[in-house]
Amino acid sequence: MIEVLIFATLNGLVTGLLLFMLASGLTLIFSMMGVLNFAHASFYMLGAYFAYSISLYTGFWPALIIAPLLVGVVGALVERYGLRRVHKSGHVAELVFTFGLAFLIEEAVQLFWGRSTINYESPTLLDFPLFTLFGQNFPVYKAFMIFISVSIFIGLYFVLTRTRIGIIIQAAITHPNTVANLGHNVPFIFMAVFGVGSGLAGLAGVIAGPVLTTFPGMATVLGSIVFVIVVIGGLGSLAGALVASLLIGLLQSYAIASDVGMQDLLDLLGVSFAADHPLNDIWRLTLPQIAPIMPFLLLVLVLIFRPSGLLGKREG
Amino acid sequence: MGKLTIWIVFAAVLLVLPQIFDSVLSLSIFTQMTIAIIFALSYNMLLGQGGMLSFGHAVYFGLGGFLAVHAMMMIEFETLSFSITLIPLVGGVFGLLAALFIGSFSTHKAGTVFAMISLGIGELVAASSLILVSFFGGEAGVSGDRTFGPPFFGIDFAQDDHVYYLAAAWMFFAVLCMYLFTQTPAGRMANAVRDNPERAEFIGYSARRVRFISFAMAGFFAGIAGGIFAVNYEILTEENLNAATSGRVLLMAYIGGLGFFIGPVVGAVVLTLINSLLSNYTDLWMLYLGILFLLTVMFLPRGLTGLLMMHRVAWQLGRMRLLLLPYTLTAIPGAVFILGMIAMIEMSHAEDAEFVYLGLALAPAGYGSWALLLSVTAVAFFILRRTLPRLHEAWAEANTLPRLQGHKDGRP
Repeated sequence: MIEVLIFATLNGLVTGLLLFMLASGLTLIFSMMGVLNFAHASFYMLGAYFAYSISLYTGFWPALIIAPLLVGVVGALVERYGLRRVHKSGHVAELVFTFGLAFLIEEAVQLFWGRSTINYESPTLLDFPLFTLFGQNFPVYKAFMIFISVSIFIGLYFVLTRTRIGIIIQAAITHPNTVANLGHNVPFIFMAVFGVGSGLAGLAGVIAGPVLTTFPGMATVLGSIVFVIVVIGGLGSLAGALVASLLIGLLQSYAIASDVGMQDLLDLLGVSFAADHPLNDIWRLTLPQIAPIMPFLLLVLVLIFRPSGLLGKREG
Repeated sequence: MGKLTIWIVFAAVLLVLPQIFDSVLSLSIFTQMTIAIIFALSYNMLLGQGGMLSFGHAVYFGLGGFLAVHAMMMIEFETLSFSITLIPLVGGVFGLLAALFIGSFSTHKAGTVFAMISLGIGELVAASSLILVSFFGGEAGVSGDRTFGPPFFGIDFAQDDHVYYLAAAWMFFAVLCMYLFTQTPAGRMANAVRDNPERAEFIGYSARRVRFISFAMAGFFAGIAGGIFAVNYEILTEENLNAATSGRVLLMAYIGGLGFFIGPVVGAVVLTLINSLLSNYTDLWMLYLGILFLLTVMFLPRGLTGLLMMHRVAWQLGRMRLLLLPYTLTAIPGAVFILGMIAMIEMSHAEDAEFVYLGLALAPAGYGSWALLLSVTAVAFFILRRTLPRLHEAWAEANTLPRLQGHKDGRP
């Protein structure tokens, strides 16, 4: 029991922090432009695919740096030549644009890398167990993922709150016109933040690709969950995004590791149903089965009862 | 041309179309179009008319469709007895019920909150449909048979053209109803709430209630589309209510043009054609669809219909012929450029040693073919850029009144 709990916690932490790397960029971009970027997870996917292609030539470590930079450049170009043009048609058009972009990136990835899973593996340097607990290995690569995510969080927090650039960015988010009057190039700041946010998503893709498998559907799998996190945490709130990421990561991890279901609840209540009961699908549900839909259940509940999210201030 | 004439022509076209194009393929495309038109128009009741961006509209289409298949099964096993012609109504009623339930809490707000709730519910329903196997049939879906039940004037719907006429009749009815809905006070208020909910509330309307009504009606018509889908294909799977289907209907409505009633119809027709014809020629058609969609969002915010409607002024001024030459001059290098791009995309995807494109044998492995395509495309692009200023000038001229002569027909 205890070993299941420990490993579920560790795995939940890995997933949660990974989700946070995506959610932090997404929420920054949202507070800046007021638009949820549907293509954010697509940049994550691009990160994984770029890293795979680069690592074929240079190995994993240079790819770890080059791939996120490339993704960041792609993101900046998308903002400069795509989003900025659409901006004048309103929020719906922007949202729809990012939606179409996500669609297009998925198709483009299939064009260049094919429809099946590619063989993108973690570096051999990190291919050993960090420790063994109750006979189960904890791979060092997962610890490396935790390390990267935590350092990104600390770095981001430091830049945003302690440096001049961070202060200008924060000011540009709330008072773009004033910042422009002070002589800063606000459109450039927007483009840069969009690029950095995309680059962060790309970095998440680089380190997650080997663990979560790299395939053309990986953006769709993670994309909607990152959306859920940003909304649950409160749109535009970095701290909320962190809390919600960890919450969802741990929740899913515990649910998958558990082996309880409706049957146990019914046994507890002393109720039983015939073997051919029409609602047997419901009576036989198990927690691991509903783990994938839990984030969405949470999203709908949060939006109904607290539309501003856990730590959010503004209402969508 | 009066409005009545338009509807009569519409009905006549629906009746005559399968007589002109009578192959199995075209009949199947026409039936797909009727389904897509209802679905896209119902989506436009949300986004275009009511300002609610939904990422989960397939839920009502799919739930209506699943119920319709179950109703067909009940007819087959003689639990129920009614004509198969009423199956779309079963779908519609269930779509309405689902929309009434979900709309009761999701229409409090428009904007991002609504979009997110619709996304969440879409994912929830799609995921649940895989878990609740006895109703949704899991991965395989559920299937029925449309040939049972009392025959409708001797027709048992075993043939595809019978199904087409059934679908077309329902489509005509649904389109008429949706058009009439835009003329009702509820339909007009939906526009008002879309444009400025605060003002609408000040004159005494509950924005939430107005949105709720639109939402419920959109669910009803999406359910009808799902019901027709059930009659046509006799099978429904999880694919029919997941995010991909929700996304496709957004694409249709947007590419067609949200601001016009006819817009989603245009989008549905164009996308169904792309879907069924282009997919015969290339397996990259989804990529082209994505590109078309992004270009529409970027350059034609009012969609394909908006592009046509832009010419209204020039048409009324009788100055369309001023545009003819500049359009032709731009279209030729434009077409070459597009064909060149497509050739390069297809060639990079080609697996054989020889790649035949428009009767031209190209070698994907050699540099010669690439250099040829690249230079042709680049030159076309360069010429295209050169023709644009002239097009702009002609456009401005066609849309302004002639200065020296007076108006010919007194119209401004």
